[in-house]
Amino acid sequence: MSIHANPTTPQFKENAHKALGDPQLQEAMGKLRVGFTAARQMAMAKLPEFEALRDSARDIKNHTLAHLDLYLEAYEKKVTESGGHVHFARTAEEARKAIVDICKARGAKTVTKGKSMVSEEIALNDALQEAGVTPVETDLGEYIIQLRGEIPSHIIAPAVHLTKDQVENDFRRGHTHLPADRDLREPTQLLTEARGILREKFLAADIGITGANFLIAETGTSIIVTNEGNGDLTQILPKCHIVIASIEKITPTLEDVSQLLRVLARSATGQEMSVYTTLSTGPRRPDDVDGPEEYHVVLLDNGRSSMIGTQFQEMLRCIRCGACMNHCPVYHAVGGHAYGWVYPGPMGAVLTPSLIGVEKGGQLPNASTFCGRCESVCPMRIPLPGMMRHWREREFERHLAPAGVRYGLGAWAFFAKRPSLYRAATRVAMHVMGYYARKTGKFHALPLASGWTDWRDFPAPEGETFQAKWKRERTRK
Amino acid sequence: MNEATARGKSVGLMATCLVDLFRPTVGFAAAKLLEDAGCTVDVPSQTCCGQPAYNSGDKAHARALALQMIETFEKYDYVVTPSGSCGGTMIKHYPEMFEGDPELQRRAQRFSAKCFELVSFLTDVMKIEKVASAFPRRVTYHDSCSGLRELGVQAQPRKLLATVQGLELVEMKDSDVCCGFGGTFAVKFGEISGQIVERKTQDIIASEAPVLLAGDLGCLMNMAGRLSRKGREMEVRHVAEVLANMTDEAPPIGEPAGVAR
Amino acid sequence: MSAARDEILGNIRRSLRVNGAEAPRRANVDSRLASAPRGVIPQRGQLDRKGRIDLFKQMASAAFASVAIVQSTGEVPAEAARWLRDNNLPATLRKGADLRLAAMPWQETALEISEGRSEGRDLNAISHAFAGVAESGTLIMTSGPENPSTLNFLPDNHIVVLSAGDLDGDYESAFAGVREKFGKGQMPRTVNMITGPSRSADIAQTMLLGAHGPRKLHIVIVDEG
Repeated sequence: MSIHANPTTPQFKENAHKALGDPQLQEAMGKLRVGFTAARQMAMAKLPEFEALRDSARDIKNHTLAHLDLYLEAYEKKVTESGGHVHFARTAEEARKAIVDICKARGAKTVTKGKSMVSEEIALNDALQEAGVTPVETDLGEYIIQLRGEIPSHIIAPAVHLTKDQVENDFRRGHTHLPADRDLREPTQLLTEARGILREKFLAADIGITGANFLIAETGTSIIVTNEGNGDLTQILPKCHIVIASIEKITPTLEDVSQLLRVLARSATGQEMSVYTTLSTGPRRPDDVDGPEEYHVVLLDNGRSSMIGTQFQEMLRCIRCGACMNHCPVYHAVGGHAYGWVYPGPMGAVLTPSLIGVEKGGQLPNASTFCGRCESVCPMRIPLPGMMRHWREREFERHLAPAGVRYGLGAWAFFAKRPSLYRAATRVAMHVMGYYARKTGKFHALPLASGWTDWRDFPAPEGETFQAKWKRERTRK
Repeated sequence: MNEATARGKSVGLMATCLVDLFRPTVGFAAAKLLEDAGCTVDVPSQTCCGQPAYNSGDKAHARALALQMIETFEKYDYVVTPSGSCGGTMIKHYPEMFEGDPELQRRAQRFSAKCFELVSFLTDVMKIEKVASAFPRRVTYHDSCSGLRELGVQAQPRKLLATVQGLELVEMKDSDVCCGFGGTFAVKFGEISGQIVERKTQDIIASEAPVLLAGDLGCLMNMAGRLSRKGREMEVRHVAEVLANMTDEAPPIGEPAGVAR
Repeated sequence: MSAARDEILGNIRRSLRVNGAEAPRRANVDSRLASAPRGVIPQRGQLDRKGRIDLFKQMASAAFASVAIVQSTGEVPAEAARWLRDNNLPATLRKGADLRLAAMPWQETALEISEGRSEGRDLNAISHAFAGVAESGTLIMTSGPENPSTLNFLPDNHIVVLSAGDLDGDYESAFAGVREKFGKGQMPRTVNMITGPSRSADIAQTMLLGAHGPRKLHIVIVDEG
């Protein structure tokens, strides 16, 4: 069973342990935490209106979510008018079925795919393969991880966890029809090889499947944003183009999309604009000489409509730029696969429990220092730490938090709510701790706190509590 | 409020649990800075602001402790704490803890409005321009996350440190990146926390400053603990100790008493 | 799937505590779709014609496109031939049925011109842009027999002609032009916004040009003053 259907999120700590001991991953993450953050910083510095655009982008999505039912109707109407077909899917299963049915109706053997996180969310490739259709991922990063049988470790850079040597090995393993002694030392040689192989796939595919960064209600348009051009070759060469997108991708107008585009690439890669922003509306027109003859949009809910009106509604503003994970110290430490399902990093820590349940996904919102860097860079101003805290509250209410944590907190709160008992107890405890560490000033190990002392010393207390010392010194005066 | 009216005001000093239990010197340093600025300082009987409970999803205990804190401290003109993290909880999160109870929420809002992190209180409210302190060392400064991102504490400590006689501030790389402490995170996810603080200490060491300062004791204990586990001799202190000229009153964090540096 | 549609819309309405028939909500949506209000427009593109050309050139070059400026459409073929020659590329070009391109004096060059969409065998192509956006050095290409979309992606090297008069300061102005040409609420099958040649950083976070689309993008701005 693939990880899509069988998330390893409950084993987050074990996943993290493995990731922390993986030197190749650590090398890749070291690069990421420098490169992406510096690029975003530079792009921001060049656009004085950036903060105002963030407000504008947030307001557009808030307005859209407050009227989502009506914008979906307007969007559907325009798609139909332009000759396309809209399929609503309540669940991942319904979305898979809608796509497989189109493939069957067209007798499709192979489909090319542009990068789509929703496709990962619904485990589309598994369903296509079961139906006898061969899916070919065409985004270079997605292609690499498809060769490896992995899921993306990052929402915009799926193979960001890999080094060049790993990719070389994967190509040698996967492309056995090529001479074994070919030179693949340079990244450009790898790129050229992938370009050649995928070019054939593009030209031969029966159907092209892409995601969508935005759907425009005004015109019935779907938009993809890419740098490689793979999404475009995916959708203009085959006879049929299927878009798989979740319902919150709706944006009212071209003007609104312009606002969102200005924050998307800058937040993601630090580019002023990604190379290709492509707006697709319906199938090819009568006098067109290229483009698909059929155009379908599968609109996925998968729990999103139930997030509206809850503490998690703001998560639906997310435009999947990846800035939150690019700036997250926890993501930097463990990479994306540790999160155990499709969406990693801070946005994944909030979204995953919504989509697979807090019983399975509850570890993720706990695995944050609440440093707030994600919220500070989110172009949509999504209060990610606040929403992680809401998940912790739900876990706590439902008694899903680990017993040790509950007892520890309970004991602490018991004393903290009784100030005189607290003062008496801490006075003794600190005196004892201070005495034991009087020669070193620190502890190398402490009972019940190995999570701390396995990795660092625990500085000893001075010995007397502040409140006791204050009382002693100030009363004496 | 300007300096003329702020002077002579009563300040309730919220020491924080960590300062109360582990490093009283920071509490005394804070009191000295506040008194030098003209405030009347009081230290009422106190425990915890409720942050560990709040961040663990335990809203009931968080509210109980927040209410206890409000009851204890709302009588003062100001409530000042030598921590951006506890300050952030009292200033940003108390009002949201009482959502659904308009009366308590209004009370929490009134309370939050008089709460301040120590160093920003000195510069922004008391309009302190310089401190009477000497510390002829090269220091590097870590921006603790809550203070930085919830309260905007960044320029204020640097401004006052610049007036400490003989002190030279050397900025480390990524001083605004988390040290990996995160309260209970450091114990619950010790291995990840350990990796983050390892990266942090690499940046600290690369600054080549022999002294590390910050405004939050939790982060300081985390970074000091990692530096000492690595065998790095480094003097780690709360920024208030330096600003108050009280570095002789206690050994650096994690060092035994009587160690001369 | 209409059961799915009804349930999703119903669920959204339940979550929003509305029934979907409320006149003020409908009016909000209708008016936004009709008036398409503009948001924050960066100051940087709000320039005169000369300023827009300079900014476009600067931004497109920063995105690794090359940019040449000529004074008349008659100079385009020679510029295209020069660029192909300077880059050691064969003297061939694939183009669509665009009348502006057709009217250019290709016979004055030794270029071998073919016409139609790309099947994947063409090394070089030339297209005419619908518009350009100075704020980010972005080309706006619209699909159709005049400039088939396949020419934007399959050839290795892409030359795009842009009339200086079609150069806008911002995306909103360019979209206003699309709306004017194709009708309110109407779009051509494909609108490509192109900012530089194809690239990828998916191998070891190293940026490389020419991932799946063109390796080189050359923009010829026709500025007839």
